[in-house]
Amino acid sequence: MTVTELMSYDAALATYDPVMGLEVHVELGTKTKMFCGCSTELGAEPNSQTCPTCLGLPGSLPVVNAIGVESAIKIGLALNCEIAEWCRFARKNYFYPDMPKNFQTSQYDEPIAFNGYLDVQLEDGEVFRVEIERAHMEEDTGKSLHVGGATGRIHGASHSLLDYNRAGIPLIEIVTKPIEGAGERAPEVAKAYVAELRELIRALDVSEARMDKGQMRCDVNLSLRPHGREEFGTRSETKNVNSLRSVERAARFEIQRHAAVLSSGGTIVQETRHFHEEDGSTTAGRIKDNAEDYRYFPEPDLVPVAPARAWVEELRSTLPEMPRVRRNRLREEWGVSEHDMQSILNAGAVDPIVATIEAGADAGSARKWWMGELARHANESGKALDELPITPAQVARVAALVAAGDLNDKLARQVIEGVLAGEGTPDEVVEKRGLKVVSDEGALSTAVDDAIAGNAGIADKIRGGKVQAVGALVGAVMKATRGQADAARVKELILEKLGVSEG
Amino acid sequence: MTDSNIIKLTAAEIASKIAAGELTAVEVTEAHLARIEAVDEKVHAFLHVDREGALTQARAVDAKRAAGEKLGPLAGVPLALKDIFTTEGVPTTVGSKILEGWIPPYDATLVKKLKAADVVVLGKTNMDEFAMGSSTENSAYGPTGNPWDVTRIPGGSGGGSSAALAAYEAPLAIGTDTGGSIRQPAAVTGTVGVKPTYGGVSRYGMVAFSSSLDQGGPCARTVLDAALLHEVIAGHDPLDSTSIDAPVPPVVEAARNGSVQGMRVGVVKQFAGEGYQAGVVQRFNESVELLKSLGAEIVELDCPTFDLALSAYYLIAPSECSSNLARFDAMRYGLRVGDDGTKSAEDVTALTREAGFGDEVKRRIILGTYALSSGYYDAYYGSAQKVRTLITQEFERAFEQVDVIVSPTTPTTAFPIGERADDPMAMYLADVCTIPTNMAGNAAMSLPCGLAPEDGLPVGLQIIAPAMKDDRLYKVGAAVEAAFVEKWGHPLLEEAPSL
Amino acid sequence: MPGITREEVAHLARLARLELKDEELDHFAGQLDDIIGAVARVSEVADQDVPPTSHPLPLTNVMRADEVRPSLTPEQALSGAPAQEQQRFKVPQILGED
Ligand SMILES: [Mg+2]
Ligand SMILES: [Zn+2]
Repeated sequence: MTVTELMSYDAALATYDPVMGLEVHVELGTKTKMFCGCSTELGAEPNSQTCPTCLGLPGSLPVVNAIGVESAIKIGLALNCEIAEWCRFARKNYFYPDMPKNFQTSQYDEPIAFNGYLDVQLEDGEVFRVEIERAHMEEDTGKSLHVGGATGRIHGASHSLLDYNRAGIPLIEIVTKPIEGAGERAPEVAKAYVAELRELIRALDVSEARMDKGQMRCDVNLSLRPHGREEFGTRSETKNVNSLRSVERAARFEIQRHAAVLSSGGTIVQETRHFHEEDGSTTAGRIKDNAEDYRYFPEPDLVPVAPARAWVEELRSTLPEMPRVRRNRLREEWGVSEHDMQSILNAGAVDPIVATIEAGADAGSARKWWMGELARHANESGKALDELPITPAQVARVAALVAAGDLNDKLARQVIEGVLAGEGTPDEVVEKRGLKVVSDEGALSTAVDDAIAGNAGIADKIRGGKVQAVGALVGAVMKATRGQADAARVKELILEKLGVSEG
Repeated sequence: MTDSNIIKLTAAEIASKIAAGELTAVEVTEAHLARIEAVDEKVHAFLHVDREGALTQARAVDAKRAAGEKLGPLAGVPLALKDIFTTEGVPTTVGSKILEGWIPPYDATLVKKLKAADVVVLGKTNMDEFAMGSSTENSAYGPTGNPWDVTRIPGGSGGGSSAALAAYEAPLAIGTDTGGSIRQPAAVTGTVGVKPTYGGVSRYGMVAFSSSLDQGGPCARTVLDAALLHEVIAGHDPLDSTSIDAPVPPVVEAARNGSVQGMRVGVVKQFAGEGYQAGVVQRFNESVELLKSLGAEIVELDCPTFDLALSAYYLIAPSECSSNLARFDAMRYGLRVGDDGTKSAEDVTALTREAGFGDEVKRRIILGTYALSSGYYDAYYGSAQKVRTLITQEFERAFEQVDVIVSPTTPTTAFPIGERADDPMAMYLADVCTIPTNMAGNAAMSLPCGLAPEDGLPVGLQIIAPAMKDDRLYKVGAAVEAAFVEKWGHPLLEEAPSL
Repeated sequence: MPGITREEVAHLARLARLELKDEELDHFAGQLDDIIGAVARVSEVADQDVPPTSHPLPLTNVMRADEVRPSLTPEQALSGAPAQEQQRFKVPQILGED
């Protein structure tokens, strides 16, 4: 691989102004494919979820999935788009073995949603508006396995093996208008946009939008122009950038690469580029010459989609609160900083915390457990927070036990550990592990007496007014009770017995 | 009953004799299989005879009857199926080398309906490759002969189906009509063929040529038989988005009550002139006189845009076909050529398509690729679709004045095999009268109206009705048929020389 | 009227994945030129203000419920495959993109 010349990021931005276009494909979470009744369940045996239609067998015909259309409209509405009163599917004609009909059923000049925007919030709270060109419906391709080359790469492969289970799964392609004016924050805007879009898709409940599972895939188009110039430069199209971090890195890399090429007097070739996760670089793919001619025409096997206005309004009325608005509301309700809220978001803790509060916990403890103990567990086990084997209701129960004085924090951590280890509900873990705070006043009183008797010197100091020394006696009681006493009550008892009052 | 008597029966007669126990379905099937055995070497109507499948189906019908179960109106009647419909477990080639040996894993909706109605499918009939042609000479498996004169074409693309009827190899057949492929073969073989309203018969499992024009339909020797078959195959199909979700027009009732009394019948000025054979024009004019004598009022119509129909058709159909036929790429099914372990998928696709498609298919794919390519789209495909709108509007205006329109089905009688083989434009003219109907999606029928005096070959009369008024075709067709048979003293096919 | 050249036919054949032989290119170029010359008449209506018809029926909103229907078995799906391996369609090396 040839080493790509790069210009330093600051130098690049000093001379050039980046313009970006982002194309995001989202696989919908419908039960069936876009144009046939085959299941979309992941992980099935190869070619077990195919039929004449999604295999492109002679004679087969497509029928539109109503939930596919509904999801597209919801996404369009959430992106503040206009919804077409009448639109059609079109055929995009090109040959590729993973595409059974050798045309993709897509939308061309009549997308179902167009002219919208999405406001995204950068880490420091600044809001940047990304204009949306269109959101349209289309279908996914099959998957190829390249055999005989190096690690599944197409180059050098002797042949390929095709599985069409994915062929025909509904996709929504969301295309931004050129994003101008982001300047040095362009990579950050790109990342924030994709992150916000992902939150929105999830809030709409139309897809899990897991980038690691290919349910959301991003193409980053980028060009540079000298400061002050109106017209855009030649763009590169970096395909399949499939994590938030990669989106930012790809944009950054291309800015530096374009700048190096342009300032050495070179020209940018309009081409697709491949992103490399290992080092954040991109390499040249196919050159986009004018031989590419998709010969779009209206799909004659499908009739137009003309969403009734009443239906569109009904869907609009069911839209959830938009993620950014919701986040800001929650941030205020919880009384946390922008920075903390960003950490909560990054940890995927917003929804678990909300659910825990809904189950009766106060905001502070809900946040404390999810961002503390549970985040640590998630990190260690490589799982998402919502994949941990504990429910928000169980976390709320732990918080309630603490609030009632039945558990202290140390015991609560053990309870959570027990639940995660599959020992049962919080109450069952408390029961089985015998983790109740010692609240038997008689036993506690004896333990306190023992501690005073065994630490006469310290007791005298306290009697003499050195109240802060009480900690050592509390520690001794806690040790004696194996941590199951309520430390606050222990302290009270000691002071009481020594005839000292606090403050 | 002897075999030679059985094969002359109409579908309606066969069904009633089976229902009455006068004939068994197996006897009927065997008689037709024997006829195929005897004459198909000369006619070559069939690409595949499904002897075992047919007999199995026939036995099931007889068993059903013996058990006292209710039989459908065409139970036990043999049928010849155009090889464009997928049949589970039975080869389907669409007349192309590229699908040689392909055995579909599924039945077309129309095939499911035939099976459910206890119709006995004898086999798959010859056709122009991918239904592109008007002579059946474009079949990769050799031409079909016209039973009236086997050196002449039986029409196309559904020449195998029309020839099977005219040769008494089957009383019923299925065709598909994109620009006239049911009606023109019916006309030149002296049989009846109906192109139902677009969306009236499911296209699911019918290998696509031009999706917005293709329509499957019934072929028979009588108008009533066509109606009985029409009723079996028509109706809404949720697997076809362009299928009409409304009751099937009452075609059988119409066929049983033929009449033109008080009807207004249109004659379009544009369906005449240069290129029309004298004998065809003569028989057509006589048909118009006959309609008048039967009580119809004749109205002259001017539809100037019809002159553009053929041109628009030869842009729309190739465009859609260039896309529909892209799936034949040697990857998932069908022919694969040149896979020697060194060639790429791209090369293998191109080599396979080169080897697997015939000239007419390649011509149309290139023409369609051209018409859709950037820079030409508006002038060609876009304009052709505007012509389509204008034709539809002219039909709408016409049907404000008349109930049906009549015309010759095709300008000439059956031409000799080979005559137009390498002259595409001459071949395309065979469909000049039938194409406007496909463009608008209307219903139309062709039925025999006599023999051309100069060559003694059948002439077809076309009847066109508005969309969803398919029943009018049968009402008018049945009246015309009855009057002609009375005039001739026998059905026209009786005049065909024996094979 | 614009004619169609042999080079254009070659380009179209590439787009359509047809490996035409030299003599076919000549033959088709001549025939297609005639056909296009004849059908180009449709452009007479290019500037008329009428909507194009893509579907002969005025249907809209034909959709199905999002309910799973039985698929083919993998054996059925692969039954027509020119080659298969590991329950997948085996195809020659693909030159396209990585
Ligand atoms: Mg796309
Ligand atoms: Zn499917």
